[in-house]
Amino acid sequence: MADYKWPEEGKRKYIGKRISRVDGPHKVSGRAKYTYDLNRPGMLFGKILRSAHAHAKIVSIDISAAEKMPGVKAVKIIQGPGTEIQWALDEIAAVVAVDEPTAEDAIRAIKVVYEKLPHFVNEQNLDQVPAAYRRQPTEQTKGEPDAAFKQSDVVTVEGTYGNDVITHCCLETHGLVAEWEDDKNVLIHPSTQSVSSIGQELARALGIPAGNVHVKMDHIGGGFGSKFPIDRWGIEAARLSKMVGGKPVKIMLERDAELAVAGTRPSAYAKVKVAATKDGKLLAWDSESWGSGGVAGTGMPPYPYVWQIPNAKTKHFSITTHVGPQRAWRAPNHPQAALITMSAIDDLAAKLGTDPLDFFIKNIEMTGVRANVYKDELLKGAEMIEWKKLWRPRGEGAVGSTKTLKRGLGLSIHTWGGGGHASDCDLTIHPDGSVEIKLGSQDLGTGTRTTIQIVVAESLGLPFDGVKVYIGDNKYPPSGSSGGSTTIGGVSASSRRASIDALNQLFEKIAPAMSTTPDKLEATGGKIQVIGDPTKSMTWKQACAKLGTQPLTTRGKHPGKESLTSAGVGGAMMADVTVDIETGIVKMNNFVAIQDCGLIIDMKTAESQVFGAMIMGIGYSLYEEKIMDSQTGRMLNGNMEFYKLPGLADVGNFKVHMMTGKGYDERGPIGLGEPPTVSPGAAISNAVANAIGVRVSTIPLTPERVLAALAMKKGGSNG
Amino acid sequence: MSSPDDRSDIAADIPENSEFSEISNDNGGVSRRNFLKGSSVALTIPLIAKGEKIVKAGGAEVKVLGPDKVNITLNINGAQRTASVETRVTLLDTLRNELDMTGAKRVCDRATCGACTVVMDGKPVYACTVLAVDAQGKSIQTVESLDQNGNLHPVQQAFVDNDAQQCGFCTPGFVMACKALLDKNPSPTQEEMEMGLGGNLCRCGTYNGIKGAVAQASQEMKKTRTMKGGRGNG
Repeated sequence: MADYKWPEEGKRKYIGKRISRVDGPHKVSGRAKYTYDLNRPGMLFGKILRSAHAHAKIVSIDISAAEKMPGVKAVKIIQGPGTEIQWALDEIAAVVAVDEPTAEDAIRAIKVVYEKLPHFVNEQNLDQVPAAYRRQPTEQTKGEPDAAFKQSDVVTVEGTYGNDVITHCCLETHGLVAEWEDDKNVLIHPSTQSVSSIGQELARALGIPAGNVHVKMDHIGGGFGSKFPIDRWGIEAARLSKMVGGKPVKIMLERDAELAVAGTRPSAYAKVKVAATKDGKLLAWDSESWGSGGVAGTGMPPYPYVWQIPNAKTKHFSITTHVGPQRAWRAPNHPQAALITMSAIDDLAAKLGTDPLDFFIKNIEMTGVRANVYKDELLKGAEMIEWKKLWRPRGEGAVGSTKTLKRGLGLSIHTWGGGGHASDCDLTIHPDGSVEIKLGSQDLGTGTRTTIQIVVAESLGLPFDGVKVYIGDNKYPPSGSSGGSTTIGGVSASSRRASIDALNQLFEKIAPAMSTTPDKLEATGGKIQVIGDPTKSMTWKQACAKLGTQPLTTRGKHPGKESLTSAGVGGAMMADVTVDIETGIVKMNNFVAIQDCGLIIDMKTAESQVFGAMIMGIGYSLYEEKIMDSQTGRMLNGNMEFYKLPGLADVGNFKVHMMTGKGYDERGPIGLGEPPTVSPGAAISNAVANAIGVRVSTIPLTPERVLAALAMKKGGSNG
Repeated sequence: MSSPDDRSDIAADIPENSEFSEISNDNGGVSRRNFLKGSSVALTIPLIAKGEKIVKAGGAEVKVLGPDKVNITLNINGAQRTASVETRVTLLDTLRNELDMTGAKRVCDRATCGACTVVMDGKPVYACTVLAVDAQGKSIQTVESLDQNGNLHPVQQAFVDNDAQQCGFCTPGFVMACKALLDKNPSPTQEEMEMGLGGNLCRCGTYNGIKGAVAQASQEMKKTRTMKGGRGNG
């Protein structure tokens, strides 16, 4: 009998190899249909009128002119008079019309009277946050931090560090097409990370049974943690569709709304004091931190990050603002915590006159259970980026620096959980030998389709294209939302169990015909054979014919029998940058990542995930910032000219090394979406500090900030 | 990349802020569509009868189109396609909403990101910033035309092989920009590649794969040209 556990390294045909994503040809040819691309028969277009003010009470709304316009099919107030709006561009009313221009004209014809209320949108400076927007702080203490800082043999640094608010900026904006199949059943095509559960949320809002919502999605143009909920526009699209007799209604957010209301990564700032003994052992931490994720404030990131410093004190203020609310952004709270912790520790190493690589390794036991992983990764990274050859003490400029172009190196380490989510799947073997697997999962561009196909083909000993994968439909067995790096663990385990169960049932059917018992059979190379004896075999097709007319279907589940996945990974990153001290522009030279994620199913798409995270990381380290205007309370850069993403010329060269083999593979597949997004900010900020000899306190490290830090340094107040 | 220099609506998003003020609800400033609608008045397109009228401008009689829908004919991937659109409607929205050709994506909708890239008369353009009425009489090539009989174009194959895509929403635009670059310059230097693809943005971070794809496609397309003894695979 076949068993569940993952095949040994030498016996893997597809697992861990470099396999091109299966939906690649569809995507490059423009045939992959995303929500935004759907043109359903008789489809109408919905548009949303959004609040002009960050904080206001709606006094009155007049939709009469809009309702009378030719081509307008429905107008609906979403938040009526008396409602208090808490952020600019919140939803006020919606229209449905025959085409987009008509819908836009109708939106402009709606008249809203607001009573403006005071707003607050910029929390960068704690001292300037009005008391009404500052929650009671939370405090925690471990060990004896006060006494530790007073020890005679300590070296202490103090600094202020920060991460500004950024957005998800999915290229496909949020939205959906909603249509009623009859009075009771609604079909939605959302752009979502939650195919299996988003319908339940809509059903609750509409007051209909969950089974009456059918959800379909083939492709999603980016999510990054922002596309879990049905959202108000999703519920309203369904209601508007009902108002127009069930016709399909498409609502996709405009770019300015996407950036203003469809998710942020909360800000995080901290005043930090950190100490080590003179001989370089981390001793004590003290931070006063604050940050905001909008009207609900935000919790404290895990300070100090990764390092379990024996004496630590934290105090955190949650700040509320009139800014569109936060959503999960890859590895929630970790990038911010890494920037603040690793920057402070890097400053401490600089003050001690130590190479941060040596300082990290000297203290590596303080990283806990993955100390050895981090150590191996740091040594590997140092080799990849030629750390010891290039690195010079802070401010001296790494090898290759000139009078105005200063080169620097920086590093950071990170962690993430990523245990597999719950996942059910149905695998069917047809009597003609074809195989299909169905599950209500989704492929965010991470390669989920491809990895499921790899697992099934590997498990059944079939050619890679002998398996068909169906995802993206909530009528398939439910599989978890894709968030928190939980998908690969869940879907690989459930599809492995379904495959093995199906195979064993097939073995039972055919064993008598092969004059053997099921436990003596194996599936390999498109055949079923007596273990180790290719002369006693049957082709896959011949074997499946023994099923008669009844296909064989098995339900795979995760969690389930035997441990096939686990949680908890470690990674390291090192950045090599050049800073032009005349312009303040930071240029990426080389960037290396060393990442552990258990057993890798597809090396090609796994590496792509890491490359992608590094590039997103360059974005938030150097360019991205949601700039809010204090006067109007509105986002100043709600477009892609001024909400800057890195381009191809901005990213430099990359190297990625995945930790595999003994000690890693046996832990099973662990998710990879979050961990490599964590360290870029810290690694790049540390590299810049190393290059120019002074810390630029807050990311993004814009030229203006770099020049300001250099001016401070010149002025003698070196941090 | 062609990019209009007449965009005046950048960051002009400041509404009136008086108490109890009645305000316009287009997010303030000049909306893109109104802007395009206004700018189209200055156009003269002699081909169409429906929706056409003569107005006096600066003492001269000028033929104008719109604001009602006009019938247009577009030469897309070698075929004549017709649609009825308002003059303010972009080539991108015509392709996507009228002709169901959705390879070109709407992302920034204002000539920044390149997801809507199509090739017009041999040059890559942002379809979000070309009016459909202006695209008449031009040869328009979209991503849908590249693969033939199930065979991917070398640029497309290189994107697949190098995993130069994740969510894939920027990919068709990158493929078209890359093809236009290599048609013009079969062996781009690093700098030329960065210039040629500098008008396109990816959010998932696929640039490493894209660099590899350009190198592979450049090799493949050169081979094809050599085999055909001239310019091939256009």
